[in-house]
Amino acid sequence: MSDVECVSASGVTAGGGQGVGARLPRKEDDRFLRGRGQYVADIRIAGLKDVAFVRSPLAHAHIKAIHVPERFSDVVFTAADLTGVAPIRAVSGLPGFKSSEQPVLATGKVRHVGELVAMCVAPTRAEAEDIAACVGLELEPLPAVHDMCKAREAGTALVHEHWGDNVFLETLFEVDIAPALDAPIKVTREISTARQCMSPLEGRGVVASFDHRLDQLTLYTGAQMPHIVRNGLSDCLGIEQGRIRIVSPDIGGGFGHKGILLPEEVCLAWLAMQKGLAVRWIEDRREHLTASANCREHHYNITVYADRDGTLCGIDCEAIVDSGAYSSYPFSACLEAAQVASILPGPYRMPAYRCRTYSVATNKCPILPYRGVARTGVCFALELMLDAVAREAGLEPAEVRLRNLVRPEQMPFDNITRKHFDSGDYPQAIRRAVATIDVASWRERQRLKEVDGRLIGLGLSVYCEQAAHGTSVYAGWGIPMVPGHEQATARMTPDGGLEIRVGVHSHGQGLETTLAQVAHEILGIDTAKVRVIHGDTALTPYSTGTWGSRAMVMAGGAVGTACAEIAERAKRIGAKLLQLDPASVSLCDGRVCGPNSSIALSEIAHTWYRRPQDLPPDVDPAGLESTSGYKPRRDSGTFSYAVHAVAVAVDPDLGEVELLDYVIVEDGGVLVNPMIVDGQIFGGLAQGIGTALYEEMPFDGAGQPLATTLADYLLPGPTEVPAPRLDHMETPSPYTMFGVKGIGEGGAIAPPAAIANAVNDALRPLGVELLHSPISPRRIVEAVLAAREAERPAA
Amino acid sequence: MKAAPFAYERPADLKAAIALMAEAGESTKIMAGGQSLGPMLNLRLVQPELIIDISGLAELKQAERRGDELVIGACVTHGDIEDGRIPDVTRGAMQRVASAIAYRAVRNRGTIGGSLSHADPAADWVSALPALGAKVTLRSAHGVRDLAVEDFIAGALESVLQAGEIVEAVRVPVMRASARWGYVKACRKPGEFAHAIAAVMIDPELGTTRVVIGAVEAAPIFLVDAAELFGGRITHNFRQQFDAHAADALLAQAGMTSPADRHIHVTVLRRAIDEAAA
Repeated sequence: MSDVECVSASGVTAGGGQGVGARLPRKEDDRFLRGRGQYVADIRIAGLKDVAFVRSPLAHAHIKAIHVPERFSDVVFTAADLTGVAPIRAVSGLPGFKSSEQPVLATGKVRHVGELVAMCVAPTRAEAEDIAACVGLELEPLPAVHDMCKAREAGTALVHEHWGDNVFLETLFEVDIAPALDAPIKVTREISTARQCMSPLEGRGVVASFDHRLDQLTLYTGAQMPHIVRNGLSDCLGIEQGRIRIVSPDIGGGFGHKGILLPEEVCLAWLAMQKGLAVRWIEDRREHLTASANCREHHYNITVYADRDGTLCGIDCEAIVDSGAYSSYPFSACLEAAQVASILPGPYRMPAYRCRTYSVATNKCPILPYRGVARTGVCFALELMLDAVAREAGLEPAEVRLRNLVRPEQMPFDNITRKHFDSGDYPQAIRRAVATIDVASWRERQRLKEVDGRLIGLGLSVYCEQAAHGTSVYAGWGIPMVPGHEQATARMTPDGGLEIRVGVHSHGQGLETTLAQVAHEILGIDTAKVRVIHGDTALTPYSTGTWGSRAMVMAGGAVGTACAEIAERAKRIGAKLLQLDPASVSLCDGRVCGPNSSIALSEIAHTWYRRPQDLPPDVDPAGLESTSGYKPRRDSGTFSYAVHAVAVAVDPDLGEVELLDYVIVEDGGVLVNPMIVDGQIFGGLAQGIGTALYEEMPFDGAGQPLATTLADYLLPGPTEVPAPRLDHMETPSPYTMFGVKGIGEGGAIAPPAAIANAVNDALRPLGVELLHSPISPRRIVEAVLAAREAERPAA
Repeated sequence: MKAAPFAYERPADLKAAIALMAEAGESTKIMAGGQSLGPMLNLRLVQPELIIDISGLAELKQAERRGDELVIGACVTHGDIEDGRIPDVTRGAMQRVASAIAYRAVRNRGTIGGSLSHADPAADWVSALPALGAKVTLRSAHGVRDLAVEDFIAGALESVLQAGEIVEAVRVPVMRASARWGYVKACRKPGEFAHAIAAVMIDPELGTTRVVIGAVEAAPIFLVDAAELFGGRITHNFRQQFDAHAADALLAQAGMTSPADRHIHVTVLRRAIDEAAA
């Protein structure tokens, strides 16, 4: 019996037009659409000063000296000033992991361009930058490790000398690959994805001040995981957690970038605590691009073995991830690469598998987990390979997927890496996608050829997204953050409203609406009277925060549990006031109802708070407030999934790609608010299109990042993102309250693979196959010219 | 990033602006729409001591027809041209070029004179105006001089403007009825700098061409007599006579070493010629 049935059986489910499944307009949009959101940069504190950082101009160098002009000696601070501040350490418990120490301000060496060397305080940012420009750095350059594929070669410079090599972690997962080696189809490719920047509309920002009355540091910071920031700050500064309050106000997009403890946060906290200053640092776009938000850089050598009918016999892969210079807190430097080995097979059945991974240290800024984390690269590699198998076998790409996907009757399904798929009908999603995009008519158009000389291609990709995976999964990684029970506080107010307090943060997910919908589902209180309070360690229960598509499953479950507890207590009070047996009442539409009479929850709240003399003597003293914890019945994660299908037109001479039609068939379990889910998918799709076609952070041989503004770092805009056609399936998760699944990241995972497969389908007559994202015009033209050159008969 | 400190003047008329410039030191920058200079200041790529903001000069916002040319004040914006607020002597060619410059917010403020002065090789006017046969009028305290636009652009981000000198106007000749115009640029999204630009004005009756290949590493490649690209002679059949190999060889000779770059530029040129023939 699922939890949702438990709730129903207890008789408290009281949903209406605002509960689970309602397409309710977002409550938070009232302030956002009127420009009344409050972000870190909007916060004003009396005497606030601005901070600008002196950053390393070199990727790798010894620091010989830092020259601070005498006149600025009291407003410029270097590592020498930060006595007692510990470096940021994010270790992993995986065997063989080598830990790095990320100094808050560089000591001894700089290991990437943009690394913090000194901080400068002034009344305005412009003046702080003027001071920063006067600080002289004496650096002795070292060779930069800039190519992850060469970083393991003997004689390469070392990012962390005492390691002896440049590998954070090497992992191997193998289920005897030998039987696969004789398969009739063997396809081998080298596939890679570029380094990217996450590029939320709002960058990072910090405002720090010290409150002497409370003996407490208040740090305003755009953080997806405020309680985790408090853990990290407490460790670095060596102060007790009670002396730190983290406030995370409105956030203009997180995507993982705002889940990381930044050295800048530690620096500003130190300034506030040690110097008594109220200080602010707002990340600018150049800092964002070159020094912070990097992600995604993967490289695969992969071989897929299959039978002539497309049935998979095995996969053999070596994957490298460029982890950058430091292990970032709390996810560590190994999460990305080591996950590749466990998630590569996905929902496909195969009897043999081997994957070796390397998390490689380079002189680039740390790679951070970006929406989809390792999955976008993995999906790109595997789905391109399945298309290569389809071409080799002479089959439609959809056929190869159907041959190998887990079937609904095999659910729940443990795949070859022991990932536990909770539910779903993957073949149906494929069939619906194929029918919706109308493969046959595109194939016909392909045959007829375009008058403008462009080539038509059709591509699809399948992804799955493990979400809300909990203690049992993360304890295995042994990183500084392991999620346990998720807690929420629900409190009825004397006027019959409801306050919900959660430790997760909402920054685009619409949780102020969806958690109110969950509360409404249980208590029947109008969502307009439900306030969701989040983003403040002083006001909310501990939580690891919003990451891993976990908030709806975990915080939704916690809110549901807390509300169910209040419902029980309210029913007892209501029954007494109605002079009925508690067993004879139920909760419906915000009222406790007996056979012939009823009383509103608001009246019960009024009685509890303001007329306690009317309460029965044996009333539950816990009243109408509850902090409750929740975990799904099984914490190995929910699996949402989708099939993306896209038709493209490719101009082989200019290398331009137009997306002509885009279909998404998505199964996210029971949807709390389908409209919000649509929005999540649209946003993810836009980011996926960026990965597929536009976004790239190139580096030169000295480790210099070459895209330093948004003129060089291309993001898709409204004219580059088509309106997709969405089709929802809703297979409930058997393990979660209401059957919900996490869906936050999925939209960004599948587009690069689907679009690349479509481009390759279009260019197939030219003998061209592109295996590196983004698929830029230049890469297409170079590949087309190379293919023409190869066609040309030898002279 | 915030700009380094600078002094700021906003003269009320052209005379005052010229006088200020005559007195100013080497480290002075003129600001019109500020669409390129603004970001460069904030990135501290330029750190002038003085900025003279000419966006208030009414004299530079006029456009009028004088004889067989249109005289466009330097501070006329791309948006003014896009919206048809100035007379049209190019049968819509300038309007179409203007409407594809960056995106609307840039076109609202960016000016034709500022774009030329900045001399970014990927900018639209830097390539389109030489093909139209346009000239620039430069003014300083010492007087006025006229130059063909192709002689004004000296290289990437480099013009022949001297200290104390300002672009006063752009003069565009009336396009002949027999002239055929084509303008194509390769860029992936609005606002992106072009990877390749081709601007062609071909007059089969006169047998003349003006061809510009832009968005190259240096000043655009300008061919006043491009007969070599058309088998030696310009006829009504110019579309069929276009010789892509000759264009490729010309680009190789100009120092474009990457075959992919040459292929993209030649493709764009061919499409501009197709457009002219259409």
